[in-house]
Amino acid sequence: MSSSPVRPDLSPPLSRLHEWVVTVDHKRLGVMYIVTGLVFFLIGGFEAAMMRWQLAWPGLDIVMPEDFNRLFTMHGTTMVFLVGMPILLGSANYLVPLMIGTRDMAFPRLNAFGFWLFFFGGALLYFSYFGAQGLYGMGSAPDVGWFAYAPLTERTFSRGHSTDYWILGLMVSGFGSIATGINLVTTILCMRCTGMRLMKMPLFVWIMLVDAILIVVAMPPLAAAQVMLLFDRSLGAHFFDVQAGGSAVLWQNLFWFFGHPEVYILILPAFAFVSEIIPVFSRKVLFGYPLMVAATVTIGFISMGVWVHHMFAIGLSPAVNTLFMASTMLIGVPTGIKMFNWVATMFGGRIRLHTPMLFSIGFLAQFLFGGLTGVMLAVVPFDWQVSDSYFVVGHFHYVLFGGLIFSIFAAIYYWFPKVSGRMLSEALGKWQFWLLLIGFNLTFGPMHVSGMLGMPRRIYTYQLDRGWEIWNLLSSIGVLFQALAIAFFIWNVIRSLQRGTPAGDDPWDAWTLEWSTTSPPPAWNFDTDPEVRSRRPLWDAKHPDDPDWKYE
Amino acid sequence: MSALPAHDMPPLARTGNLPRGKLGVLLLILSEVFFFGTLIAVYVFYIGHHTGGPTPKDVFDAPLSGPTWQPLAVSFNSVFLLVSSLWIVLAHRALCRGATTAFGFWWLATFACGSVFLAGTANEWHGLIMDDGLWMGTNLFGSCYYTLVGFHALHVTAGLTIMAIVFVLTLAGKMHQRHAGKIELLSWYWHFVDAVWIVVFTIVYVIGWWGAA
Repeated sequence: MSSSPVRPDLSPPLSRLHEWVVTVDHKRLGVMYIVTGLVFFLIGGFEAAMMRWQLAWPGLDIVMPEDFNRLFTMHGTTMVFLVGMPILLGSANYLVPLMIGTRDMAFPRLNAFGFWLFFFGGALLYFSYFGAQGLYGMGSAPDVGWFAYAPLTERTFSRGHSTDYWILGLMVSGFGSIATGINLVTTILCMRCTGMRLMKMPLFVWIMLVDAILIVVAMPPLAAAQVMLLFDRSLGAHFFDVQAGGSAVLWQNLFWFFGHPEVYILILPAFAFVSEIIPVFSRKVLFGYPLMVAATVTIGFISMGVWVHHMFAIGLSPAVNTLFMASTMLIGVPTGIKMFNWVATMFGGRIRLHTPMLFSIGFLAQFLFGGLTGVMLAVVPFDWQVSDSYFVVGHFHYVLFGGLIFSIFAAIYYWFPKVSGRMLSEALGKWQFWLLLIGFNLTFGPMHVSGMLGMPRRIYTYQLDRGWEIWNLLSSIGVLFQALAIAFFIWNVIRSLQRGTPAGDDPWDAWTLEWSTTSPPPAWNFDTDPEVRSRRPLWDAKHPDDPDWKYE
Repeated sequence: MSALPAHDMPPLARTGNLPRGKLGVLLLILSEVFFFGTLIAVYVFYIGHHTGGPTPKDVFDAPLSGPTWQPLAVSFNSVFLLVSSLWIVLAHRALCRGATTAFGFWWLATFACGSVFLAGTANEWHGLIMDDGLWMGTNLFGSCYYTLVGFHALHVTAGLTIMAIVFVLTLAGKMHQRHAGKIELLSWYWHFVDAVWIVVFTIVYVIGWWGAA
């Protein structure tokens, strides 16, 4: 799949590197996004493991308190901006053009530009470990939490350059996300193959469309807020300076006006993955496609109007809190519709429990659990009780780890054969699944209890007599299982790339267009332009006696 | 792809695909709307919140800032920006007809009017900084004012830079009828910069000046 100029004057390793660096092929950029995201996943996971080691028992001093602050800041920032975002953008990049039967994204060079902005934004953020000392000789990695609340981020309290690295690193990678978001929307609305009306698109593409629109409208407010913070820190402006009439609450509003759409930007791709995987492994058409589309669009709209539920505990008026409590509960309705539709898709199907399906079922159960604790947290008085406690940490890890990361592994096991031409090992995959399932629940389940018992998040140690010891110890033991699971995954990928069973074009007997081309696909994707008459064009091709277009 | 004879299959549906250049620029403008929307919302939220002067009244009222009422001078500049939106439409129409000389003329007119506006902003800032002593760090009003007006001016500068490149290409004889579509996209961006200025002007020089009494 060589779409980039080969430089014959370079030696083989260098010329391959050159090919990847200058590529504008959506498939290569997709792979680069995902691989970079997985590398950051290992880094963010290492940071989490350090924190769990420190918290395993009261009074440990594995890391210094100030290092602990940096660990949780970098862990959160990394997982959201440098793991979730690139993996979702990368998979959309790789799969959307294939699924809509076109050759590449609408703007291939903009696509490469977006990736490199993300890449260097991430590098800039991590360079803070070395560069943030600046002339002051103080500061290291950012230590202000992933949502960087003012006035802690102001020059007065955050000396050195750590917060500036947080601002600039995320702003650079954010511009990359906006560019790729624009590219995705344009690709989906302008590049569909013959016959593919909007309502014939795979649900994956629909969800990525809504997701990309959310990126385009939610990232700019963050950039604006970060610009104001940067001006406060560098030019002496007073946006978040309370003594000069500024408002710290304004930062919270601006951040969460981005931040809540952002968590839907992260979880919608999970919905997209399982909406493709569950039907194929249940041997049934996705249940309620039009309703799934409607629910996706509804989630997109409501997600722009729930941000204050992150701020229930700061003392806004009861009217505001009630309004946002209602809108937060409202978003459970379209999400619930999706849950029921996935289960209804499985109901009565001939379910094949391959690794992608196992991870999808893990997603369903754990995302449901995280969603339900989310509804609990939407209730203002309950939120007051557990706000900023480990209950909240448990809640959003069930959504983002139990939901998003499990669905990402489902997607990797499902599409790896298409990308590499080789199957991942089922045996190693099942080992990974069960170890990760046990490790995940062992780590994050007990956090709900320690949170209810009053353990605040972001503390670097705690006293012996609080009754939190056993729950923290369980959480930390879970990390060992998770680390083992990830080791199985890495071993599986390395081994399968070399010795995996050749996959063929369509190893899962699937129905969407990406499986109609070779594995890996050629640079031009399709030898002939596909023609589509139903939502399952490959089913139509394989079953000309009973095609889907007769029923849709 | 199918084994069925073609006449048994239903006709292929129209995809309803949109033109990608236009949609791409509209999406860029959408993201800009949310960027400026945030800055404008913050400006409105902070009207009258500044502690210590100079206040909008101080700097915009005569005679503190010189012989003219500041908003009057700004209105004068604004006319140039608004009119440039008209010239760019005429330039686009000329290029659609293939009249490249007329295109060059209107294009230069657009560029000139945009430049006058930018020079007006520079002059205004010079007065505010040198005469009134207002800068980012002076008070909250200064922070909001320079950020909002400055980001608008940055977008004007970006537009003028691209226009200058296009003008050089025109002089080199490289602009033709077939580029009219791209010029239209550029004109959309310019109209957007114009529209943002109408909102910024209303917020900063009318509501902000009046509300901060």
